[in-house]
Amino acid sequence: MRPGFFVRESLRSMRRNAVPSFAALASILVTTLVIGVFIPVVQATNGAANAVRGRVLVDVFMNTSATAANDATARTDILHAPHVKSVQFVSKAQALAQQSKLNPQAYQALGYNPLPDTFRVTPDAPGDSQLVLAELTQGGGGTPVAGAVHDSMIASVSNSQSETNKILTVTRLVKITMAVLAILLIVASMLLIANTIRLSLFSRRREVEVMKLVGATDWFIRWPFVLEGLFLGAIGGAAAIVVLAVAKLTVINSLSSTFSLVAHSATISFIPLIIILMACAISVSTLGSGLSLRRFLRV
Amino acid sequence: MAPPENDLIVRRERERELARTRTHTGSSGTSRRFVRESHRTPDASERVVERPFDPNSIVDFRGVSKHYSSGDVGLERATFAVHRQEFVFLVGSTGSGKSTVMRLLIKEFEPSEGRIRVAGHDLSEISRKKIPYYRRNIGVVFQDFKLLPNRTVHDNVAYALQVTGASRRQIRNTVPDILRLTGLSTKLHNYPGQLSGGEQQRVAVARAFANHPPLLLADEPTGNLDPETSIGIMQLLYRINRAGTTVLVATHDSDMVNKMRRRVIELKRGRMVRDETAGSYGPTDETTAELGDRLRGL
Repeated sequence: MRPGFFVRESLRSMRRNAVPSFAALASILVTTLVIGVFIPVVQATNGAANAVRGRVLVDVFMNTSATAANDATARTDILHAPHVKSVQFVSKAQALAQQSKLNPQAYQALGYNPLPDTFRVTPDAPGDSQLVLAELTQGGGGTPVAGAVHDSMIASVSNSQSETNKILTVTRLVKITMAVLAILLIVASMLLIANTIRLSLFSRRREVEVMKLVGATDWFIRWPFVLEGLFLGAIGGAAAIVVLAVAKLTVINSLSSTFSLVAHSATISFIPLIIILMACAISVSTLGSGLSLRRFLRV
Repeated sequence: MAPPENDLIVRRERERELARTRTHTGSSGTSRRFVRESHRTPDASERVVERPFDPNSIVDFRGVSKHYSSGDVGLERATFAVHRQEFVFLVGSTGSGKSTVMRLLIKEFEPSEGRIRVAGHDLSEISRKKIPYYRRNIGVVFQDFKLLPNRTVHDNVAYALQVTGASRRQIRNTVPDILRLTGLSTKLHNYPGQLSGGEQQRVAVARAFANHPPLLLADEPTGNLDPETSIGIMQLLYRINRAGTTVLVATHDSDMVNKMRRRVIELKRGRMVRDETAGSYGPTDETTAELGDRLRGL
């Protein structure tokens, strides 16, 4: 085949069909931009939701009289209970220091440390906190759970159930909302691109018809269209990435130094994002123009 | 690239043809219900005679019918042959089947029954993939020109060569000659939209002739043109015919047909009603200028 000829043909076609080409370019740019913004936003939201869910803890309070040996036993017991992911020990002194900071007068007036040693137990999944709670409760509610931790030095186990449920509901809602938005956006983008391609192809239906009459093979007609899609996809994708890069440098980077929140949750880094966007823009527009032509080639 | 493939087709055609002539005795079953059997006396076009294939004919229709899915009859058992280097008019009013003949010849669709041979190739045996290669051997001219609007005159003609894989050098050598022949040398870089109807039709003829096809089909080539411009186009077709190309012109311009005095096949509602092979032909050796004078009635 003669790639040079096809490249020249596709360039000519773009030049001569400037308006449809620009429309296609713009739709690719907008779509890529939207997706480019949306991928990190979804990730950040999910990250934030997960971070909130990670804060669902079960607190195990020891008796105030518990010794270091008691604490060590309890710790091993808790760690061996199912659904427990990790355990963080907060000693009496640490707890006092923390609380005193919040309310120094009250604790000063108290004069002694009323706080027990505490284990902060993180369940392996936020939804499992109730299971962990049940296992750690001594004969909780009269029906001991199999494998439950029985340690007389454990005074009480608590997790504020209502709070946990609230967090779980809210984060689930956020995740579902983001998923629905993402699906809507992807569908809208696909419709936009499909429509643009169909419009520009429709205006050239007659052209294809004439080419077939002159004896052009399907691929002889198709190659310039495919290349045109490839060029438009590449240019549109590149333009979108430039816009994203500018936005990242000016908005996100300056914000992240001010608000630590923005930078905190792990999002995709810029280079892989660029690669994904470029690949999507090019493949969608190339395949789109190549495949949609098929209908017009039936003569 | 093309010739070896063509050879292959020809050989395969011949082999199949031998096997076929024995089995082919009329495959009319599918469309029987469309045929009205009453008040018709059988004429020559009705009898599908298994005559040996004439090597001199370039177009050979045998009992060809075309029924559209809408129920319209495009063509009804047409049998005729066109010889090499003949100039044939296909006349008839709108809907008589002229265009159906043309579209069958470029294999835009298949006949409902019957057999079409072009230069010895049975069209039913050309696969979809081979159609483009087949069409390169046929020049087509239409009433609405069918030029590529985004290409200059030069590029429109060059495209017909490019599809065959012609090199840039070949195109540089060939296209200006063809454009000179068709009187378009000064319009090389114009776009079709900048040309008059007659000029656009000249470009279409030039494109149809670019590959020097053995057969040129013109479907109402003068339908959109004024009489003087029409004469110019007919002169052009005549010149191409004199260069050795078989020309088949569908038209309803009876005036032009009468003046040209060439073979006339008349169709009426899909049936052949006249094939004036024995008509008084005009001189075939006159020059293009003489033809023009005669058409203008000088």
